[in-house]
Amino acid sequence: MSILNALTPHPVLAAAADWQKTFFEIVSGRPPLVWEQVTASVALIAMVFVPSVLLLAMFSIWWERKVCAHMQSRPGPNRVGPIGLLQSLADGIKLILKEDLTPAAADRVLFRLAPYLSFAPVFAAFLALPFGPNLTFEPKLNAGVFWILAVLSVEVMGVILAGWSSNNKWAIYGAMREACQMVSYEIPLGLSIIIGVMAAGTLNLVELGHLQGGGIHTWIVFKNPFVFCAFFVYFIASLASNKRAPFDLPESESELVAGFHTEYSGMRFAFFFFAEYAAMFIVGSIQTALFLGGWNDPFGIIGHYYSQWIGDPAAHRNSLIVLNLIAIAIFITKALGIVFVQMWIRWTLPRPRIDQVLYVCVKVLIPAACVLLLGAALWELLVPSWHQAGLIDNPLPWFHYNPRSWSDWARGGATTSLVVQVILALIGVSIVSAIALWVGYAFITRRTVKQRLTDPDPIPEPA
Amino acid sequence: MNSIASILALSVDAQTVPAVLFYLFAGISAASALGVVLSRNIVRTAVCLLFTLVGVAGLYFLLESEFLAAVQLVVYVGGTLILIVFGVMLTSKSPFSRFEPKAGEVVVAIAACIILFAALVMAIRSADFRPQTLDTTQKYPVVALGQALLGDYLVPFELASVVLLVVMIGAAYLAKSRKRDDKRAVARGAATLSQKARQWS
Repeated sequence: MSILNALTPHPVLAAAADWQKTFFEIVSGRPPLVWEQVTASVALIAMVFVPSVLLLAMFSIWWERKVCAHMQSRPGPNRVGPIGLLQSLADGIKLILKEDLTPAAADRVLFRLAPYLSFAPVFAAFLALPFGPNLTFEPKLNAGVFWILAVLSVEVMGVILAGWSSNNKWAIYGAMREACQMVSYEIPLGLSIIIGVMAAGTLNLVELGHLQGGGIHTWIVFKNPFVFCAFFVYFIASLASNKRAPFDLPESESELVAGFHTEYSGMRFAFFFFAEYAAMFIVGSIQTALFLGGWNDPFGIIGHYYSQWIGDPAAHRNSLIVLNLIAIAIFITKALGIVFVQMWIRWTLPRPRIDQVLYVCVKVLIPAACVLLLGAALWELLVPSWHQAGLIDNPLPWFHYNPRSWSDWARGGATTSLVVQVILALIGVSIVSAIALWVGYAFITRRTVKQRLTDPDPIPEPA
Repeated sequence: MNSIASILALSVDAQTVPAVLFYLFAGISAASALGVVLSRNIVRTAVCLLFTLVGVAGLYFLLESEFLAAVQLVVYVGGTLILIVFGVMLTSKSPFSRFEPKAGEVVVAIAACIILFAALVMAIRSADFRPQTLDTTQKYPVVALGQALLGDYLVPFELASVVLLVVMIGAAYLAKSRKRDDKRAVARGAATLSQKARQWS
């Protein structure tokens, strides 16, 4: 407890402009010139952005195959590279070498355009992701959350066009399912995001990150019970809008061959996969940034030191660089954790029918999201928090007080919200640790492949 | 290295970047708008419209109103365009349905276009294009927008949502009444779908 009490925030409030400094300004100590900004952006896009998105997608594809394999008691890809890490690269080379077919009856222009249309918007969504306090491509994007939602809706258009232009029955069925699924699941997705945004008071993803820098109980998911429930509504809706199982009706391979990409081959086929896995990461990182504290660690250490060092960036240049690197590692770890849960669910649950999928959306998720929205609004109105204590102009409320000190919350009239936040945080931590213990127990007591092979009676007779 | 930097610094200054981007986005919008008008294939028209909307969203971005850009994409691309393509997929009989306008329709369309064009030219001529100073004190335009929608303009905002609700109830009623007709037909002795299925199998 003594360590936590030592982390009292800096008493001097840095100007908001300092909080939004870019990584370039931290490193060089001055704002960039226009030509520097343009060349730096082009270089970033060419040398960091595109390769890292591709690497991320390839890593996720390998990871998904590994997760799936281990859940089905087989080793999975393990031949190309160490533990099969280069399998996706080998597959990529194979797909580039494959013939690029276009069916004779397809709409040639749209058929060729559709993969790019679903792949390109993913890059635009990365524009707003807050990887660290200073590591965002556009930190002043005031509507960052909605920008990402908007861009992902362009991606859906690519999928629908792919199905339509293939001129194939299965592909059109897949595209129609995608269209109706997307149009209906956008509503609970948007509503649950609004609930989170309402509890935070900002749409800017970087500010959302700063807001949650005071320790695990200041993360927005633990702000009030309604946001806590909206977190799960968001997760289910994001699975559906990303066409991930159990909502992968657009490409349900057991009935529609391969759904919307039945007619695609070679690299165009691979583009759909890149888009899907990159979109999984984006959806997971919205959830991280909006609900799970963004780049902050559970103890608020990063938020504390950032608030101390940003007042004088020139003196703490190296510390800030290291802090940003730790922050990006935390952010990516959290987002990949959510991606892992998405994969876990994919290989656990069976696929429902399309009418059941729409039933879940229209009759369960939308009413639930509406009730939660109302509840969250009432909570904001009735339960005083630091926002109501006259700090609405300051986007970084915990900066004014010690988030871990009871007396500071009591002075702000926000004791109820502190108690609720701590209780919810304890519930969340206990859920996560219970699952971790369960999985760990299963992992320790598992039977390895070698054991099974040497077993005299591999499949014991039922008694 | 220094000379390259100085050349870059001279050619890329604070005015040229937005200008280049403006012409890029405006060009995308204008070219794809032409595509919307000239294409006879409904789905291709929708795709051209997609690029028009994306170009206009880019222009909003240049004007630093990224919320408007995002709303433009969410509402038109995520909603309207998907519904257009969905409608075509549900209703069209031929694989690639085409517009075949009659001569009378073309005359009406040209007349409407001329009137609209004249009105636009008049509006543009009378507009004041001197550079305006932006209100930079407003740090969060979204907050102002929300307060305006739920404060000063609450009544029109709510009226619009009531209209949308009426549309939704009407659609649900129309869908429901057809089902009731089916039930009446069943009562008159028509075979239900499940009975038919049993007969066929």
